[in-house]
Amino acid sequence: MLLMLGYALLPLVWLFVSATKSDADLFSSFGLWFGGEFSLWDNIKRVLAYDNGIYLSWFGNSLLYAVAGAGGAALIATLGGYALAKFDFPGRRWLFLLVLGAISVPGTALALPTYLLFAEAGIVDSAWAVILPSLASPFGLYLMRAYALEAVPDSLLEAARLDGAGELRIFGTIALRLLAPGLVTVLLFALVATWNNYFLPLTMLSTPERFPLTVGLRQWNALANGGSGGGEAMYPLLLTGSLLAIVPLVVAFLFLQRFWQSGLATGAVKG
Amino acid sequence: MSSQRRRTALTGYAFFAPFLLVFLATVVLPLGYAGYLSLFHERLVGGRVFVGLDNYLKALSDPVFGAGLLRVTGFLVVQVPLMLGLAVVAALAIDSGRLWRPGLFRAGVFVPYAVPAVVAALMWGYLYGTDFGLAGQLGKLLGLSLPDFLGGSWLLAAIGNIVTWEFVGYNMLICYAALRAIPPELYEAAEVDGAGPLRVAWSVKLPALRPALLVATVFSVIGSFQLFNEPSILQSLAPASITTGYTPNLYAYNLAFDGLRFDYSAAIAVLVGLVTVVIAYVVHTVTERRERQG
Repeated sequence: MLLMLGYALLPLVWLFVSATKSDADLFSSFGLWFGGEFSLWDNIKRVLAYDNGIYLSWFGNSLLYAVAGAGGAALIATLGGYALAKFDFPGRRWLFLLVLGAISVPGTALALPTYLLFAEAGIVDSAWAVILPSLASPFGLYLMRAYALEAVPDSLLEAARLDGAGELRIFGTIALRLLAPGLVTVLLFALVATWNNYFLPLTMLSTPERFPLTVGLRQWNALANGGSGGGEAMYPLLLTGSLLAIVPLVVAFLFLQRFWQSGLATGAVKG
Repeated sequence: MSSQRRRTALTGYAFFAPFLLVFLATVVLPLGYAGYLSLFHERLVGGRVFVGLDNYLKALSDPVFGAGLLRVTGFLVVQVPLMLGLAVVAALAIDSGRLWRPGLFRAGVFVPYAVPAVVAALMWGYLYGTDFGLAGQLGKLLGLSLPDFLGGSWLLAAIGNIVTWEFVGYNMLICYAALRAIPPELYEAAEVDGAGPLRVAWSVKLPALRPALLVATVFSVIGSFQLFNEPSILQSLAPASITTGYTPNLYAYNLAFDGLRFDYSAAIAVLVGLVTVVIAYVVHTVTERRERQG
């Protein structure tokens, strides 16, 4: 198991160590140990200053796409999962099977036709083009349905109805609270999916100011290896920029660990 | 009573409506549109012409597409079992309760999942480097001459390693969650029967893992057929090896955005989607049938 932990963490240690090195040390010193100077702060300043601070725009875009896309996806999936689990309506089974089938149609296969469709509608190269497709999470719906079946007792809903509470009120004050661990789980996995999304924004966006971090870093990588212009001076920017791009999610996962793990347990077993 | 039922149904629809709307707009409609486009041919002169299944017939006899499909199939046959095997071993180890600080291991092995595929591919790309990368430095240190991981037959294995690194922790967690859900009575019964820890792992824990593994397998198979991020990023490090049709998805992307052949690209996208769904379905039914027999 120590071997496995080493395997998981080694590249990250390398990335961190590399981001602390000066340009000269990056190529001359051993990869897993610090160089002569500790240049992390210098490197971060350079990342933020490069190209009029475009990195900060990318960071902001990633944040916007992730919060709007994942937040919306989690909310929509929660409403839908609750509906599937707790209300009997015609077509319910059929709709569930349709969504279940859609889980095996992955985002990458959808991105191209979605691009063409959005091009016809005139919304490519806008934030909407990235956020809208992120809102549909069939897997989130599946997980929330399983969670709602388990966590929201019918008798509680019945009692609230007898007391004369409206459906929206019941959802807001009772169901939502019981569904919270499931919601956090779906939210976190949707956050990962949107923050790390690459194919969708790559196809949808052409203006660098609208890029999220993933597409922006890809551009820096191309600059670093392109031979023309940038070249070697780009490597420290690329590595430090990559390190900064990892931090938010890792922190979110570590802090919310207890929450999402209990939510996952319910969904995983029902598989 | 019937008005009560109608009310329930209406409320159900109302709660489900947002999902349905988004689902229609971003899943069903694009799929339909891709199917529609794939039946046409875009001509410089004369505009859009209906060509029926021509694009599909062309794709099926396209050696670039065939090679890409074959490549990802070979990839998945090796990578998926290796990754899931590692995930099961890790989950069993953490669940065994004999590990020093299991929470630390669990979090540590899971962390790569939170790393964007773009960053993962970048990191490993530089780690693999035989000149200034860590692999090259270690090779020099040990006096070995290492192969070029980003060239020739090593490349696919190198990508496999990146994908494994990204997802082994995620799959471990799915398995671990399934293990935690085993009712304690089963362990007590096994103990009464005199089963040792290995026997318990084999006869109690592994069977309990099957449903979780089934889900994990289906998702991994889907992921393999959709391979795009890692080869796309490594392309700038290994331009000679990663051709425009290295994986079917890369091919579809390049056809559309470099070749502007949207009709043919749509046909490829539809075919990749179909192959994915069919294979996922086959994996699902075969595994499930075996489970029922076993």
